[in-house]
Amino acid sequence: MANFTISRRGLLKTSAVAGAGLAAPMVWRRPAYAYTNEPTGSSVILGFNVPQTGAYADEGADELRAYELAVEHLNGGGDGGMLATFSSKALSGAGVNGKKVEFVTGDTQTKSDAARASAKRMIERDGASMITGGSSSGVAVAVQGLCQEMGVIFMAGLTHSNDTTGKDKKANGFRHFFNAYMSGAALAPVLKSNYGSDRKAYHLTADYTWGWTQEESIAAATEALGWQTVEKVRTPLGAGDFSQYLTPVLNSGADVLILNHYGRDMVNSLTQAVQFGLKGKQVNGKNFEIVVPLYSRLMAQGAGEAVKGIYGSTNWHWSLQDEGSKAFVKSFGQKYGFPPSQAAHTCYVQALLYADAAQRAGSFNPCDIVAALEGFEFDGMGNGPTLYRAEDHQCFKDVLVVRGKENPTSQFDLLEVVDVTPAEQVTYAPDHPMFAGGELGQCNPGA
Amino acid sequence: MTSSKTNDRILLAVFSVLVLAGPIILAPFGAGYPDLLQKFAIYGIFAIGFNILFGLTGYLSFGHAAFLGVGSYAAVWMFKLLSMNVIPAIVFAVIVGGLFSLLIGYISLRRSGIYFSILTLAFAQMSYNLAYSVLTPITNGETGLQVTLDDPRILDGGAAGQPFSNLFGLNMIETTEVSILGMAVQFNAGFYVCAAILIGCFYISLRLFRSPFGMMLKAVKSNQNRMSYTGLNTRPYTLAAFVISGMFAGLAGGLLAAMDPLAGAERMQWTASGEVVLMTILGGAGTLLGPVLGAGLIKYFENIFSAINEGVLMDFWSFLPETLQHAVVSVSSLFVGEGWHLTLGLIFMVIVTFLPGGLIEGASRLGRLVTNRGKGENGAARPAPAPAE
Amino acid sequence: MDAILLQILNGLDKGSAYAMIALGLTLIFGTLGVVNFAHGALFMLGAFCAVSIDKLFSMEMVALSATETTAWGTPLEIRTLYVEAWFGDFGQWLNEWSVLVSILLAIPFMLLVGLVMERGLIRHFYKRPHADQILVTFGLAIVLQEIIKAFFGANPIPQPAPDALSGMADFGAAVGMQAGAVVYPMWRLVYFLFAAAVIGAVFSFLQFTTFGMVVRAGMADRETVGLLGINIDRRFTMMFGLAACVAGLAGVMYTPILSPDYHLGMDFLVLSFVVVVVGGMGSLPGAVAAGFLLGILQSFASMNEVKQLLPGIDQIIIYLVAVVILLTRPRGLLGRKGVMEA
Repeated sequence: MANFTISRRGLLKTSAVAGAGLAAPMVWRRPAYAYTNEPTGSSVILGFNVPQTGAYADEGADELRAYELAVEHLNGGGDGGMLATFSSKALSGAGVNGKKVEFVTGDTQTKSDAARASAKRMIERDGASMITGGSSSGVAVAVQGLCQEMGVIFMAGLTHSNDTTGKDKKANGFRHFFNAYMSGAALAPVLKSNYGSDRKAYHLTADYTWGWTQEESIAAATEALGWQTVEKVRTPLGAGDFSQYLTPVLNSGADVLILNHYGRDMVNSLTQAVQFGLKGKQVNGKNFEIVVPLYSRLMAQGAGEAVKGIYGSTNWHWSLQDEGSKAFVKSFGQKYGFPPSQAAHTCYVQALLYADAAQRAGSFNPCDIVAALEGFEFDGMGNGPTLYRAEDHQCFKDVLVVRGKENPTSQFDLLEVVDVTPAEQVTYAPDHPMFAGGELGQCNPGA
Repeated sequence: MTSSKTNDRILLAVFSVLVLAGPIILAPFGAGYPDLLQKFAIYGIFAIGFNILFGLTGYLSFGHAAFLGVGSYAAVWMFKLLSMNVIPAIVFAVIVGGLFSLLIGYISLRRSGIYFSILTLAFAQMSYNLAYSVLTPITNGETGLQVTLDDPRILDGGAAGQPFSNLFGLNMIETTEVSILGMAVQFNAGFYVCAAILIGCFYISLRLFRSPFGMMLKAVKSNQNRMSYTGLNTRPYTLAAFVISGMFAGLAGGLLAAMDPLAGAERMQWTASGEVVLMTILGGAGTLLGPVLGAGLIKYFENIFSAINEGVLMDFWSFLPETLQHAVVSVSSLFVGEGWHLTLGLIFMVIVTFLPGGLIEGASRLGRLVTNRGKGENGAARPAPAPAE
Repeated sequence: MDAILLQILNGLDKGSAYAMIALGLTLIFGTLGVVNFAHGALFMLGAFCAVSIDKLFSMEMVALSATETTAWGTPLEIRTLYVEAWFGDFGQWLNEWSVLVSILLAIPFMLLVGLVMERGLIRHFYKRPHADQILVTFGLAIVLQEIIKAFFGANPIPQPAPDALSGMADFGAAVGMQAGAVVYPMWRLVYFLFAAAVIGAVFSFLQFTTFGMVVRAGMADRETVGLLGINIDRRFTMMFGLAACVAGLAGVMYTPILSPDYHLGMDFLVLSFVVVVVGGMGSLPGAVAAGFLLGILQSFASMNEVKQLLPGIDQIIIYLVAVVILLTRPRGLLGRKGVMEA
């Protein structure tokens, strides 16, 4: 044992060595750089990290389309899209800071490991100054952590978990998409006016972090209305057939089923719930109702008939009639022949916001961009006046409550916007308990 | 005997040189960046370890990713609790991988053949499902376990700022870029740590293959019944092989976490277990070099082919006339980018159909072809891989 | 009681899918000794037979509207069904019942796929180690699913059941219980009956026909049957086609339950292997029994009462059962000695 007794001096020495290691300057690439991947040539490279294989491949493909459109617009091609409606006029279509915008792509496979590997390739090999994209919160949190370590900006794609800008928030990461808390806050009034305040809710929740934060948010919002939560049941991710979780709902006495699922899980659980006759069933003298808090049009397509009349929330929808949305739908539709999804919208906007921040800052240094984006207020991007809050890098804007359309006129026209919840109603304090636990830290420029 | 020993020494020397020169050799193929080089080395270790079990004993484990996964979790927990130094993390990962494989191996090896495969698969899937959901307090579920600013890290004390994994102060992500023949070559500290361990593992596996223990394992593969009839209990041998390969997997998992302090549950999924099986068979099961080659090929596809988009293809085919260029691009884009799985599947089929011994057989056939053609010339640029069987 | 009965029904209907897939897998393994990792892909192909037929019957004539435009400025398209325009009411019926109609397509198509697969590829792997068979069939599975993805995209494609069969059946009332106590989706009951019919057909084919008798003899002792001058290889090829058919039919009928996407097969692959092994390699009754057993156990493990007792049990029950059975019964439920143990 004598050997293991650590003297105070010895301990100090070890800590000093370790400390020196941590404090040592980061020489990770061409030391002449002021920050990671400073663009020195005539172009700046953006990294688009989207799911190209796996369950979200179609959503990833739509994100990629949006990014390509954004790059086209930034470089002055096409009709300029939202650049014309964007409240900030810094961008002129002549690239960013005089540099042409180029991009590289990668496949996240919707796995945190693969997403990080792909992002690392874009940073280490291709020299990307910014990483953006993704279709799930696990990936967003993992890649956001990586970008913080390596000193580049991360503009999150579709990620709805409270954690992304809650306990896992990072100074180099930004999220335009809304989150689970906002879904709850936006849905609650609509649910109350349609279904009343005396309801018994049964939750089916995807058994992982996103599912849990959404279940927590929605349960809190509905219980505030006076609803009772009968049961919260966790279902394994990718269960496929949810029937064994649906049969207990039949005789549980609940009269609302809340499906905290996304993607394929949502498609399957919703169609099967309808198959089990839950829609239109009579319980406690009321109509049984199903709610899907996070909607996506691409997924609604997969659920087909089942979505009719089902309430949910969404970040954006192509049928919006403001100038920004119209301009975006027009240029996207003309290029690809169909309207963009909400994933495409948030990705397009994120790319533009990054470019605009770089242009206003006159630099691609992550710290300058963080400064330019923090507290930035803008409009004309399809969601009304929006604030990028400095405390947690979350966008605050209106949230849409939508309902599955009864008589769709086309395969894209599946949802109708029933309510636009104003931003004030979905705003929360930065230290709200559902978001507490993490710290933003300092921006890291790498190098 | 002496000549086979010399051959082994040459093999080891050539292997070491090739690995250490990896950043230079792979740079022209677009694979010379730190993350992928590290992945090559780490999955090489994983596959070498798997091959000790499968290649020697013929026991096909379909749950090896579980050991890799627990190794990663063990390493990240060491980073969180103890220190950002990689040594304790890696050591702990190996220990945990070994213990976990001892437990699972002890139970699973009561059966053989496909029953053994399914038992290992079942254990790995249970670990994965639980890590993803119920065990989230330990594993951080879907997001994966990460180091954070406010972890205790009792040895590092209150060192402020972003924590980086390091080897006594040498940060794993530290990279020096040197221009060689006009190519930017990146020499990364983490890669050389992995490379050193890979060479060590290769050496261990070489010695194992040549040892009496290795002979015993091969005997198990060729006829376990006959072994039993001679009154020999084979279980301790197979269990030892299982635990050794589990420790290799734990080591690989620990290294993954050491290079990039994150441990995700998907590392334990059956697809990850299947991947190492495919790597080993693709390279050549039972050969020394094969698994490393197989690992390299699969990782190359996953990382490089998936990143090729239409723009890159346009550049690549730009020497063609424009109409032809568009046609060629639209055909070839089916096989890259989001279609990289297709190429991988085709490669599996072609290799296993035409090269039953995997890539190594291809290499040796090629070698024979060269030596037969140019008799006097030096055809031994690549040493004939030592056949293990 | 109602809850238990519901879970049993549910387990039977889950089990029917497992049993049908495992049955095909065991047929291939038992006759040809091939570990077929592409079997899940065959199930998926079957499902996409239904999708294709549905697409075909839902093809629309497109006319551009002269007055209205879409949100992005192109003229609005007005669509009518081709089949309806051509065949009137019969066309509408086709569109409505496309899932059942597609069985007619799936049988010859899957048979063909199976035969081509066996003759073109699998045949060369009889004498090769199981590891090689796994690699080549896994490669094939990836190729098949990527082809489907290239045509149909990655999103799930909804397949409605015919209206007449998509409601709820009052199962409780039918067995003399209080009305409305046990109601169950009609299509799932149909699926169970369908599975029972297919399984019954396969068994009687093997049991009561000469062809089946020869095949069973071949499964037991291939060499001797060959020595008797019977071309057993050709019969085994037919069995591969039959197995592909069973997997495909299971897939066709499953589409209204689970919107199919290209990845469907992989999700069932691991599970079906577990089922086959739990049943005992090479045993057809074992595969079927294990399929239903695991379905029912999975259903029960998902009940809230059970989950409260053992959190997470529903996630691992199948694997846990597999471990327990394999440790207590070395060769699964009904396995033969010496099969796939080396």
